[in-house]
Order: sequence, then C-alpha cells, then structure tokens
Amino acid sequence: MLAYIGRRALLAIFTVWAISVLSFAIIQLPPGDYVTSYIAQMASMGSVVTDEEAQNLRILYGLGQPIYVQYLKWMRLIAQGNFGMSMEWRRPVTEVIGERFWLTVVVSVASLFLTWVLALPIGIYSAVRQYSVGDYVGTFVGFIGLAVPNFLLALVLLYLGFTLFNAHIGGLFSPELQDAPWSMARVWDLLKHLPIPALILGLAGTAQQIRIMRANLLDELRKPYVVTARSKGLTEIDLILKYPVRLALNPFASTIGYTLPYIVSGSIIVSLVLGLPTVGPLLLKALIAQDMFLAGTIVLLLGVMTVIGTLVSDILLVWVDPRIRIEET
Amino acid sequence: MATPDVALGAPSAPLPGAGLADVSKQRIFVASQWQLMWWRFRKHKVAVASALVVIGFYLVVVGADFLAYADPNASEAQRSLMPPQRVHLLDGWRFSPYVYAVKGARDLQSFKRVYRPDPSEKVPVRFFAKGFEYRFLGLIPTTRHLIGVDGGRDASKTIFLLGTDVQGRDLWSRLMYGTRISLTIGLVGVTMSLVLGVVLGGLSGFYGGVADTLIQRIIEILRSIPTIPLWMGLAAALPREWSILQVYFAITIIISLLAWTELARVVRGRFLSLREEDFVVSARLVGCSQMRIIFVHMVPSFMSHIIAATTLALPAMIVSETALSFLGLGLRPPAMSWGVLLQQAQNVQTVAISPWLMLPAVPVIVVVMAFNFLGDGLRDAADPYGR
Repeated sequence: MLAYIGRRALLAIFTVWAISVLSFAIIQLPPGDYVTSYIAQMASMGSVVTDEEAQNLRILYGLGQPIYVQYLKWMRLIAQGNFGMSMEWRRPVTEVIGERFWLTVVVSVASLFLTWVLALPIGIYSAVRQYSVGDYVGTFVGFIGLAVPNFLLALVLLYLGFTLFNAHIGGLFSPELQDAPWSMARVWDLLKHLPIPALILGLAGTAQQIRIMRANLLDELRKPYVVTARSKGLTEIDLILKYPVRLALNPFASTIGYTLPYIVSGSIIVSLVLGLPTVGPLLLKALIAQDMFLAGTIVLLLGVMTVIGTLVSDILLVWVDPRIRIEET
Repeated sequence: MATPDVALGAPSAPLPGAGLADVSKQRIFVASQWQLMWWRFRKHKVAVASALVVIGFYLVVVGADFLAYADPNASEAQRSLMPPQRVHLLDGWRFSPYVYAVKGARDLQSFKRVYRPDPSEKVPVRFFAKGFEYRFLGLIPTTRHLIGVDGGRDASKTIFLLGTDVQGRDLWSRLMYGTRISLTIGLVGVTMSLVLGVVLGGLSGFYGGVADTLIQRIIEILRSIPTIPLWMGLAAALPREWSILQVYFAITIIISLLAWTELARVVRGRFLSLREEDFVVSARLVGCSQMRIIFVHMVPSFMSHIIAATTLALPAMIVSETALSFLGLGLRPPAMSWGVLLQQAQNVQTVAISPWLMLPAVPVIVVVMAFNFLGDGLRDAADPYGR
C-alpha cells in the first residue's frame, strides 16, 4: 500500500514539474522579455524605471542567461513565495490572485461533491429499476449533460433566469456582500450561490458517473451472491447497499482523477459566463493583456491544485478498495 | 471465432423453418468483417439516425455558400439586431412562401432599433435565386443560392431566417460558413491526434518495456492537467498579425497536442490484445517483417476500433474550438466559426434583448450529440464477434 502511494506521489511530483515547465513556457511565449515590457508599461503610466532597478530585475530573473537558468531562477523565486509582479495591476501576483484562488478551490470541490451526491443515488436507482421511467429520464438527462458544453449550459440558464424569473443567477455573492470582509453572513451567502455553478460544472461528470455506476451495478446484480443473499431473506435495501454497491463503487472512485481536471478546466470558462469571482476571468484578462507572470502563475496553481486533488483521490481509492492494498504489497 | 448469433446477421426477420436459419447462418460465416459490422451497426437505430445527421452537417460544409443567401460579411447598420423573420409557406392555399416586408425605426425612448413586419407588403421567397457571387465546390463560379428574395439593397425587403447580429449581418448565412470552419477544424485536429495517437500508442503497445512505461506516464501526466487554462495560454501567445489560415492551423495543433491520449490508449489496448493472437504469432514465425506484421496483419483488424474512437474524439475537438473562440482566444473575426458567432452572446443583457444570438449553440449541441451516439454505435459494431 505504501509502495502504491509512493508511486502515485512520485507521478504527482513529475506532473507538477511538467506543469511548471508548461507554465514557464507560457510566460516566455510572447515576444520580448519581462523587464522590457515592464519598463514600457511603467513609461506609459508616466513613471520611470531607473537603469539600476532594471538591471536588478534582469539579474533576479536571469534574463540574458540560458533558458534553463531562467527557469531555475523562476522556480527558486516561487519556492520563496515570490510569484512576480502583475504588470496590469502593478501589485504582486499573490495579492492579485488572493481570495480568487480559494474561491476556485471551493467551487471545484463543491461541484465534485455534488457530482457524487447526485450520481450515486441516481446510478443505483437506474440499475435497480432498469428500464423504468426514472431510468430513462436519468439516461436522457445524462446524455444532455454529456452533450451540452458547460459554458453553453451556463449561458442558457443565465438567459432563462433573466427572462423567466428576472433574477441574475451568476456570481458567488450578493452585491452588498461582494467586497465585504468574511463573516458568517458572507459564508452563508456563498453557500446560497454555490449550487448553480456547482451543478453546471458537475453535470457532465455526473452524467458520466451515473452511466458508470449503472453499468457496474448491473454487472454485480447478476452475480450469484446476490441471489444467495436474497434467498437468505435479506431486505432488498440492505442487500443492495451492503454488497453490490460497495463493489460497484470502486471503478467509480478511480474516475475522480479524470473528473477533477475536467471540472477545474470547465470552471475557468463557466466562471466567465456566470461572472464568478474565481481565477477564470483573471486568467483571460491577464492573457489578453499579456500579463504573463499572472497568467503563468494561475496556470501553475490550477495544475498543482488538480494534482493534489488527484493524489488525494488515489489515496482514497486505496482505502476504499482492499484489492489494491493487497496487490501492491 | 465466437458462435454466430443468428439474429445478428439475419437480413429480414428470422422466419420459422430450419432451412432459412441455415441460409442466414451461412451468410454470417462467409460475411466479411465489415459486412458483419454493418449488420450490427444497422440495428442501432439511434446511431443510424445520428450518422444521417452528421452526413447532413458535412453536406452543409460542402455547400455552405449555396445554402447561405446573404454575404456573411456584408454589414448594414439599417438592419442591426433584426429578429428572425417568419416565413409564411402558404399564400391562401397555394404553396408560395413569402415574408412580410420589415420596417425599421429607432425607438425614441430607448434609442434601440425596433422592427415591425408590414403585413400589407409580401416579399416572395424565390428558390435558386440570384445572390452574391461565389464558386460552387470551389470550382464553378455562380450566383445561384437555394433561396433568396428580390430586393437588392432595399432595407425593407429582406429575408433573415435567424435574424441579424449587431452589425446587421445575416446570422443564417454566417452560421452556414461557421459550420464549415467548426466542422473541418474538428476533422483536421482529429487527424493530427490520430497520427500522434497511433504512432505513440502503437510504439507503446507493440514494443512494451521502457517505451510503454514512458508513454503511459506521459499520458497519465497529460490527462491530469486541466486543459482549458493551458490551451488558453498557448492560444493567447499566437501573434496577432497572423492570417486566419495560420491561426486556424495553430489552434488545431494546440488542441490536438493534448487530445491524442485517449486515441493512444485505444490503439495500445488493441496492440496488446492482438500481439499474442495466433495469426500474428504465425506471421512472425514465417518471417514477416515488423512493418508487414503491423500494417498488413494487425492494423486492419483493429481499424474499426480506431474509427470508433476517432468519432468519439471529434465532438471534444469541436467543443474545444468553440470554447476557445468564444473566449476570444481562438479564431478571431473576420473568421467565422460557431464559437466566434457565440461571442456575441456572451453578455446576458444582449441575449435577453436578442435571444436569437444564442442560436449558434444549437448546432454545437446537435453535432456533439450526433457524434456521441454515432461513436457509441460504431464502438458496439466494431466488435461484431463480441456478445
């Protein structure tokens, strides 16, 4: 079991490294180097960067040196918690991202949670009552969820909310609490706004999980041990929840690793449509303004967050599925 | 070979009588792999219907300029944000489609243009009408379009099946051209992913060992990275001065760079399962070269699986392009794709006033669904001996 977790952790470290290289590439892609654009930006604002200051920045980021040196210097700065300056906001990147990052985490985790809470009972129901009306409705909604890209779904819901209920369903906070400091009222407000974005983000994943759960459970239900248990007089609900569901749950758990990157990915674009104060809109703005440190940092943080989430789900899987524990030891 | 399923290949409903069942049984034994697949595919009604939908969409790709009736780039301030016009099919009891002439005026209170149909003036819709000049199939210069109205530049005599956008450009015609770009970008992208997937998946599955481990780890890493932020970063770095064609190919490459993993997985799986099959082993024993074993003996036997996996990969490509263009990082106007058209629907206030701007979402959803069902059907049919 330890060997298994160790291997997953090693892979996670490699993934983080790959993501950091890609983020660095994104920072490097636009023409011109950071200091030159910084000076130009400052000049357009009417302030002047002294030669000495510019020289210090050049040394800090290793400009003019080979690309791998620049990468290493950047990594070292990040390890010290210095993500660079956002050119557009003229503030440290960490300050600009701040709360938005945690809200992204909250939205992603909420929709992952919702995916499970919805998919589990619906999947079980669809399998146990195969070909019932409920099963067909579930399958149909599932197909819609898979086929409709989530940002279009967000757009349609936004439109319906606007025209039918004259309510703005976007955002994560009510206008009066938008910039308020954290308090119980604000947390409660967040919780009230969370379900709709979480549902939109999680729908595709939910649809997939329902299909997986249904198929797995159907396989299990045909096995002889179910008949045995039933003939011994176990009540139907005990029987289903205690044995086949637990077995069907395993492949279900292993798909989190693929669901999470999907949700994080989707959260960017859905946030833009719904106007959520996550890192999504910030990333788009940074990319358009070529504010590369901000953009690169956001890509890096999103990647690392996904990797950590996946690692947690891997560890959860070992805990849920004894077969992996035995196989690996 | 597995035991043949009598119902599977029966061309008509199996009739009672041993003689007939024997005939259909024999038909199964002598049928080629593709024939078996076709028989199996045909039974999946939804997949067949989806195949027709997909073919229909690709016909639009071919004949976009014929189906469009207005120049997709012709803007006209007098026709800004005009709602879709209703086409009346019957004039009295005679089939003679017409639309009402439209009068546009500026509302003095809201300063918005409002349009009112004028029932006193009927504008007949003509078939094979003359319109802007184009080359049919890129070869034959012509001015004929499927439909059109005689009105010239008269702002009141127009036909806008799906209304117009802010610049007064006809949404239907733009949608036709957008279909062309959105659907071909999917094809080009999927071809690139396919090449990457088959080569890397093949290496991984055929040789195994270090190459396999390495490629599998790369796939795992790629799959655990959220794709949209990465795509956005790469797409945003494209130089602004690039031409439409350059951006088009760059976007396709960016999308396919991260999209080949699923295809590689399928190919690897097939290679692994076929590597130890009798016919492959015997080919190796009689001294076939590796190239011959791969391309003459192995690839044809999992061709169908590749086709199915490719069909399932296409909708993801189309959605990715739509998403990127919707954000303004993919294709940019004057290029037209579904995502570019949807850009105008980003703002909920605009959409609330002119909901027809959301219509380009409909083909996206229909095509994605059709490809998914088609892929499902193909995947089931790809293994005609299964079950």
